[in-house]
Amino acid sequence: MSTTTLQTPPADEVTRPAESPRPARKRGQRGLAGSLASHGILTVASLVALFPIAWLVYLSLGPDKDDYLHPGRIWGTMTFDNYTFVLQHTNFFEWMKSSIIVSLGTTVVGVMVAATTGYAVSRMRFPGYKKFMWVLLVTQMFPIAVLIVPMYQILSDLQLIDTYFGLILVYCSTAVPYSAWLLKGYFDTIPFEIDEAGRVDGLTPFGTFFRLILPLAKPGLAVAAFYNFITAFGEVAFASTFMLDDSKYTFAVGLQSFVSEHDAQRNLMAATAVLVAIPVSAFFYLVQKNLVTGLTAGGTKG
Amino acid sequence: MTVAIDRATGKSRGDRASRPGRMQRLKHSYQKYWYAYAMIAPVVVVLGGLVLYPLVRGMYLTLTDANSLNSARTIGVNHIDATYKFIGLDNYKDILWGPTAYDRFWSHFIWTIAWTVICVALHYCVGLGLALLLNQKLRGRTFYRLILVLPWAVPTFVTVFGWRFMLADGGIINSMLDAVHLPSPLWLEDTFWQRFAAIMVNTWCGVPFMMVSLLGGLQSIDATLYEAAEMDGANKWQQFRFVTLPGLRSVSSTVVLLGIIWTFNQFAVIFLLFGNTAPDAQILVTWAYYLGFGQQPRDFAQSAAYGMLLLAILIVFTSFYRRWLNRNDQQLAI
Repeated sequence: MSTTTLQTPPADEVTRPAESPRPARKRGQRGLAGSLASHGILTVASLVALFPIAWLVYLSLGPDKDDYLHPGRIWGTMTFDNYTFVLQHTNFFEWMKSSIIVSLGTTVVGVMVAATTGYAVSRMRFPGYKKFMWVLLVTQMFPIAVLIVPMYQILSDLQLIDTYFGLILVYCSTAVPYSAWLLKGYFDTIPFEIDEAGRVDGLTPFGTFFRLILPLAKPGLAVAAFYNFITAFGEVAFASTFMLDDSKYTFAVGLQSFVSEHDAQRNLMAATAVLVAIPVSAFFYLVQKNLVTGLTAGGTKG
Repeated sequence: MTVAIDRATGKSRGDRASRPGRMQRLKHSYQKYWYAYAMIAPVVVVLGGLVLYPLVRGMYLTLTDANSLNSARTIGVNHIDATYKFIGLDNYKDILWGPTAYDRFWSHFIWTIAWTVICVALHYCVGLGLALLLNQKLRGRTFYRLILVLPWAVPTFVTVFGWRFMLADGGIINSMLDAVHLPSPLWLEDTFWQRFAAIMVNTWCGVPFMMVSLLGGLQSIDATLYEAAEMDGANKWQQFRFVTLPGLRSVSSTVVLLGIIWTFNQFAVIFLLFGNTAPDAQILVTWAYYLGFGQQPRDFAQSAAYGMLLLAILIVFTSFYRRWLNRNDQQLAI
């Protein structure tokens, strides 16, 4: 025992100077190997993320519907014929119209209906508050299977099957609670002193909301709107079930209609997919940063 | 942040000293809360009409034997009235304990749970890994980030078709596997590989959201914590374990819950990848849809009953999750 304790101090003295000549690394810096590994992994991940989409673009240039099985053939025969065909001889623009009407309708109704509620649950505590919040939370997570059958029957009764309005109504069942929740998160970040100032100046809570808070909340409203738009645009189940007329299909349904039991026009499908994807992803990139903050940080205050 | 403050009056709710009597308080509260109720009225009306009423109606349907042959319908100019009848809880009994209940419900149930757990675990781990890599000082970081977000930016109904072309027998993936002399499975036909493919595609679709959210969480961790940990001699792993993970806890609990709900409810991926061709790879949501709309005659009652069961599962799960978080003294960030 005594020998070891005696021997350690010199050992320390030996090792310390030996280590010091190595240049001290700052935090966050890595060696070359670490850096290469990071780049390597990120490159592979990027390729994986990119490839299916790039492949779709590549296939969309092939003239034959079975070219996806022989991708080599496309290289020599690349053409934009699929695109011109889709734009000229399919219902592309009608699908676009349907998609835009339904998505915009959902967005506008969802945000307008939800705005005052988001404010109320952000600023006021009233009897039933907790229950109400719970309802908002639960309705957001409804699987489509819960409502699709009764909705189908109700819409049939009201003759709203195959109408834009019916589909907007259905989408609102999730868009409204979701927007309310998202907007609450945004209103929470607006200083509460502004409300007080409004009250001191004699505004009613409605006045405070419409004249002071709403103008300040434009970014939050925009996030909720973007989110509603993107969700409604990409919805598959309700649209596939409730839209029967192929001139009223949204893109999500129209794209499926290229592949039927009898025929599979995969080259046209790929071209349409690319035409849909380009504006939507451009739009997404524009709003993406706000979307993430809205989704995660938005509701941090329970 | 969590102190409950009535923001309209600026008073803390715990302020008991000035509490008046019960009746007076009630009267007072009506005057005070009138605004609040008026403001939530639009949403209450919408939810009542668009969620509660269909829910009640769906609930009733589950107690009947409604299908597309006995429901009210209009063929041409003839209107046929509904003839379905009340059969009590038979649908639920049939789904849960009836003959071949295993094949119809429990096998899908088990697969749904496995699907949810595997997908969310993959989303989270891959997302966290990529977020950690992107959180370093690295050349081209923004570029990587932009590309990695792509699967989220492009609508799922588009990308799934891209995958379908790739996974088709004779598609690029099998060609590549053949080229390196690996077995090329029938991705879209064989049950195991169908499930494998579904998880793969869904992971691909879901990682960007996790990555971006966790990256946001990582960036909000105070850098001085890492300095302090380093001063105390913590190595990289310890820093990750004791600074990064706790710092991500609030974001994680939110995104994991969202991920679980979204994956459990995921419709587009499986529906578009297989259509009606893969009865064994259907999760409960798509299976319920298949019962109600993908077959003839359409079995509305059973489909609605599956919907109710799904909702029950989700509600039970969420309450447990919240309770578990509360016990661990965390705020659920949703």
